[in-house]
Amino acid sequence: MSAVIDHHHADHGHGPAKGLMRWVLTTNHKDIGSMYLWFSFAMFLLGGSMAMIIRAELFQPGLQLVQPEFFNQMTTSHGLIMVFGAVMPAFVGLANWMIPLMIGAPDMALPRMNNFSFWLLPAAFGLLISTLFMEGGGPNFGWTFYAPLSTTYAPPSVTFFIFAIHLAGISSIMGAINIIATILNLRAPGMTLMKMPLFVWTWLITAFLLIAVMPVLAGAVTMMLMDIHFGTSFFNAAGGGDPVMFQHIFWFFGHPEVYIMILPAFGTVSMIIPAFARKPLFGYTSMVYATGAIAFLSFAVWAHHMFTVGIPLTGELFFMYATMLIAVPTGVKVFNWVSTMFRGSLTFEAPMLFSVAFVILFTIGGFSGLMLAMAPADFQYHDTYFVVAHFHYVLVPGAIFGIFASAYYWLPKWTGHMYDEVLAKTHFWMSFIGMNLAFFPMHFVGLAGMPRRIPDYNMMFANFNMVSSIGAFMFGATQLLFLYIVIKCIRGGPKAAAKPWEGAEGLEWTVPSPAPYHTFTTPPEVK
Amino acid sequence: MASHDTSHETYYVPPQSKWPIVGSIGLLVTVFGAGTMMNNMSADSDSSIGYWILLAGILIIAYMMFGWFSNVVNESRQGLYSAQMDRSFRMGMGWFIFSEVMFFSAFFGALFYVRMLAGPWLAGEGHKGESGLLWPEFQFVWPLLQNPDPAVYPGPTETISPWQLPLINTVILITSSITVTFAHHALRAAKRTALTLWLLLTVILAAVFLTLQIMEYMHAYNDLGLTLDSGIYGATFFMLTGFHGFHVAMGTLILTIILLRVMKGHFTPDNHFGFEAAAWYWHFVDVVWVGLFIFVYVL
Repeated sequence: MSAVIDHHHADHGHGPAKGLMRWVLTTNHKDIGSMYLWFSFAMFLLGGSMAMIIRAELFQPGLQLVQPEFFNQMTTSHGLIMVFGAVMPAFVGLANWMIPLMIGAPDMALPRMNNFSFWLLPAAFGLLISTLFMEGGGPNFGWTFYAPLSTTYAPPSVTFFIFAIHLAGISSIMGAINIIATILNLRAPGMTLMKMPLFVWTWLITAFLLIAVMPVLAGAVTMMLMDIHFGTSFFNAAGGGDPVMFQHIFWFFGHPEVYIMILPAFGTVSMIIPAFARKPLFGYTSMVYATGAIAFLSFAVWAHHMFTVGIPLTGELFFMYATMLIAVPTGVKVFNWVSTMFRGSLTFEAPMLFSVAFVILFTIGGFSGLMLAMAPADFQYHDTYFVVAHFHYVLVPGAIFGIFASAYYWLPKWTGHMYDEVLAKTHFWMSFIGMNLAFFPMHFVGLAGMPRRIPDYNMMFANFNMVSSIGAFMFGATQLLFLYIVIKCIRGGPKAAAKPWEGAEGLEWTVPSPAPYHTFTTPPEVK
Repeated sequence: MASHDTSHETYYVPPQSKWPIVGSIGLLVTVFGAGTMMNNMSADSDSSIGYWILLAGILIIAYMMFGWFSNVVNESRQGLYSAQMDRSFRMGMGWFIFSEVMFFSAFFGALFYVRMLAGPWLAGEGHKGESGLLWPEFQFVWPLLQNPDPAVYPGPTETISPWQLPLINTVILITSSITVTFAHHALRAAKRTALTLWLLLTVILAAVFLTLQIMEYMHAYNDLGLTLDSGIYGATFFMLTGFHGFHVAMGTLILTIILLRVMKGHFTPDNHFGFEAAAWYWHFVDVVWVGLFIFVYVL
């Protein structure tokens, strides 16, 4: 290092600054990663409380606790907060913490922009949550904000909702640019692309998806804004526009978005299963290509969300077959995970429990997705609780279990302490049982025709709904245990070795636990 | 400065910085102001508070941009950056431009969807022609002068002819892409005077383009009845050309700042990514214009 650089590094070369401003002004990927993870958890609890309100109302048929208008705001905000505030920032947080450690980089490629990406999120979600307290109430049109519900018939707060989406989108795009630049430019010598850990690979592809589709979402909400305030008629047939066009543009973003929420989980699970099976990942190369294939196909399937809205028959057929094709690369992945476990010396610590549950339950979500992919069958399932069951099975035991697995896997690296394994296993089993109780019955009520987003229902759905609500309360309450486990782990516990997991592989285990404030200022040699 | 071979060892991780948080606050204030302004406007309220909040937000963003870019320029001129850092900036700018491409493709997609599918269906043609039952008299032609419900959305009387101002603007913008390339060649050959002159010419062409575009808008609003609320033709026309015009305005500002830096003696023949990023951006707005000229004006 030259003298000039040493001089400029002097003020931060030895450790974090003191006090609150450390977090506000930081350029350190570990600080920013931690902030992302805490922010995401706060949003998870907030979005979760909204789910609790929804489930409390649905505990029994009839209207008990809330008015339908408020119920609509809860379903909308729950979806938006969980998608944009909880799942996406959690994965960006994991990327921030782990990608530089995994590829032997000193930090993210553009550290100041990294902090900008993070601090836009509190701004975006502060604005979004404030809409709930505005005159006329918050967004009440569902998280997919279809026009004209979100334009002609929307409350005035929709304007701020639109801008909140813009801010969250800017944050995501900057975060994704940073991740791509880090992966492509900052790998240690010898860390070739095909030696990268799968979490890095899946994030590389996820970041590409983000940069490709977040601007399209920005375009969609901008057209809404113009329709609402400036008299354009993009989504109004009276002026020659088309409300269905909103759905096309939204789902061109929305479908890749669901892969944005699941691909990084594929990555972490593909690292955790080999660690606890004590075997290398089966089919590394095919995993990489399968991820690429899923991402590629994700751009050509969007109208499967719109089978019932009225699209030409050729469109229905094309989108039906294209959607079913996604089962092929996904099947490759499931096969590889199972083969990795086959004849391995398995142990079931918390990260592994969450990962095994991920493989099984995500597959259930995948299969219900295949059922929904069939256009003629979808005419029956569309907008029922079957859809709710489907996407909660891919998001809760998919994305969120992936996040929990990652958190337990790397908590020793982050904090320098081992977490409490008994409590963690309790957290797993309570979450596992709770989430299945909550979401499995939704398949049945959905197939029997119970519509989603409605605060009341037919008496015949009462028993299953009560079971769902009990499961949801159980799942929700259990997450407070997770908070306790994390705090306990930060404050103390058995010291963690540099490599606390016997079978773990990768550069992140070559640095001490907790990872020093600055790592790999000189890049390691990768053989 | 360290040699390029050891660039891995000298990757510059900046110290703490206030600019990200200033930028976040600035953006939040800006959008809150803009939202307040729009809601008051649509509610026919004469409160002007939204404008002031918006102005405050824009000033904070301007302050952040000035401070952050000065910071980066100074770091670069102190030789803190390596060849590897340069690649990070290049990737950052490249992917940013890709995100802009996708932003524009949302609006191009809307245009194509309406012209190829939704419009004909609304007139009773094709697979989904039953939507023609809504307005049985409606005929779909492009440019759409007669909207399905003219009482709500009166259509324009005429549209802009591509072979007058738009053609001149096309020539101007393509020429400006060429002049900025000449400026780049001059910079690499260390011909500072030629660099300044070519860049100055580029900025002048950009300003002429913007002026002509404003004249065209005034003509559309005052003489042709072609407005944002004149139905889907006006909506797509102003959305596409408007966002393009906004990007040209930003590009002009960027090129002007690059010109001022050139006049201050910044950039060397082998280290001038700031210049190149501006040139990339300029070529990007040029390419978008060519798409606009073909699909919005001519076809």
